[in-house]
Amino acid sequence: MIRVEQLVKTFGEVKAVRDISFQVEQGEIFAFLGPNGAGKTTTIKMLTTLLKPTSGTVELDGLDPTVSSNEARKRFGIVFQDPSLDDQLTAYENMGLHAALYKVPRHVRRERIERLLKLFELWDRRDDGVKQFSGGMRRRLEIARSLLHTPKIIFLDEPTLGLDPQTRNQMWTLVKKLNQDEGVTVFLTTHYMEEAERVAQRVAIIDHGQIIAQGTPQELKLQTGTESLEQAFLALTGSAIRDEEATAADTMRAMARIWSGRK
Amino acid sequence: MNAIYILWIRQLKRYVRSRARVVGSLGQPLLFLLGLGFGLGPTFRRAGEGDYIQFLAPGVIGMTILFTAIFSGIELIWDRQFGFLKETLVAPVSRTAIMFGRTLGGATVAVFQGLIVLVICLLAGFRVHDLRVIPVAFVFMILIGIMFTALGTAIASTMADFQGFQLVMNFLVMPIFFLSGALFPLTNVPKVLGFLAAVDPLSYGVDGMRTSFIGIAHFGMATDFAVLSILTAVFLAIGSYMFSRIQL
Repeated sequence: MIRVEQLVKTFGEVKAVRDISFQVEQGEIFAFLGPNGAGKTTTIKMLTTLLKPTSGTVELDGLDPTVSSNEARKRFGIVFQDPSLDDQLTAYENMGLHAALYKVPRHVRRERIERLLKLFELWDRRDDGVKQFSGGMRRRLEIARSLLHTPKIIFLDEPTLGLDPQTRNQMWTLVKKLNQDEGVTVFLTTHYMEEAERVAQRVAIIDHGQIIAQGTPQELKLQTGTESLEQAFLALTGSAIRDEEATAADTMRAMARIWSGRK
Repeated sequence: MNAIYILWIRQLKRYVRSRARVVGSLGQPLLFLLGLGFGLGPTFRRAGEGDYIQFLAPGVIGMTILFTAIFSGIELIWDRQFGFLKETLVAPVSRTAIMFGRTLGGATVAVFQGLIVLVICLLAGFRVHDLRVIPVAFVFMILIGIMFTALGTAIASTMADFQGFQLVMNFLVMPIFFLSGALFPLTNVPKVLGFLAAVDPLSYGVDGMRTSFIGIAHFGMATDFAVLSILTAVFLAIGSYMFSRIQL
């Protein structure tokens, strides 16, 4: 379903992704793990047409996203690391906007939106502004929205970041259910290793822009002689702390939190 | 087409829902209209130029549209920082359609603000010489709205955050307003000022509105219309190009 070969992305002098290759099979839940700044988000951006690779090839459902980007875009849904909802609009309006952008046929729009909002337990709040939603509700709405155009693949970039254990648990239960019931291929990143171990059938670990290990969680544990995926991860990537420089976006977000009085 | 429409609607919904923004953005034009209008009015009259409110009103309407339009364009930075832009950029829709939808939405909001200020001007004593020319003035309002929203979008496409915003306000938007002849007649001004006014796009917008509203022309309506139409097309093209180059 996803095939990546010798993918490279450089920003000036910085090599963010250096020659990675991997495959994700149809119907699989694939976890893409790595420390901060390892190249996860850059890879996702290249897979989802937001960045052009410096070299190498990417194939999504048989399509090259750099050539037929609009066709490729119809095939995947994405939940970004940071929120991407319009919080001046209601939950239903956010869904409606997505349906229009993805040209979901008019006669099935209402029904599909209703089904997804019910599945994610947001139907009762459909006419409330997203502004009033908690972090968990926003995330659920984003996942619901990403499924509206019935994509074959969904990309979840740290979907449980900043959520409480209950919400995280519910989120993964839903993702697994979607994967089982509808056969959606899931490509996810997370910093919570126990979550990856719980939901993912296969895992790849990226560090310093290179894939340093891939296989089932079981294989990685065997390979490193450890008992959990978390230990395996630390054994592979070392325990030095990676600091990312704050980007302009982080600064803005901090400012926005101060202005709006949000936590 | 669908995408343009839905993004246009989105801008309108956001506008209607942020009452603070609607009221807040009317403060400045009111201040100019009432403060300057009534403050400088007597002096203007003594200089033999007639009623200052009559002269000033089209300028203040132009100012309102200019500021609202540039802000609507700059709102792109907000969408970029808070994520909604990504939702549109991964959608199977061309960047040009996204840019047009946003720009038309922003321009609609700007023109609407302009109409509110027109009503306030009428309440403050502004008199239109012929009601039938209002549609002509409306055309000029639309052109100013689209032109400056596109300019705002072009600028915002190159900015990752609001750091440069003050720079844009002080070195672009304020000069465009002050040098446009919105506040003073362009006849008999020093040559340099006359030249600056002639290269200022807003001058033609204000002149077009003033000509249609009260029948006083500086450049002439045909020139105004031609210059504005060409510049609107140029800014739309530049805005689309800059927008298409955005990388997240």
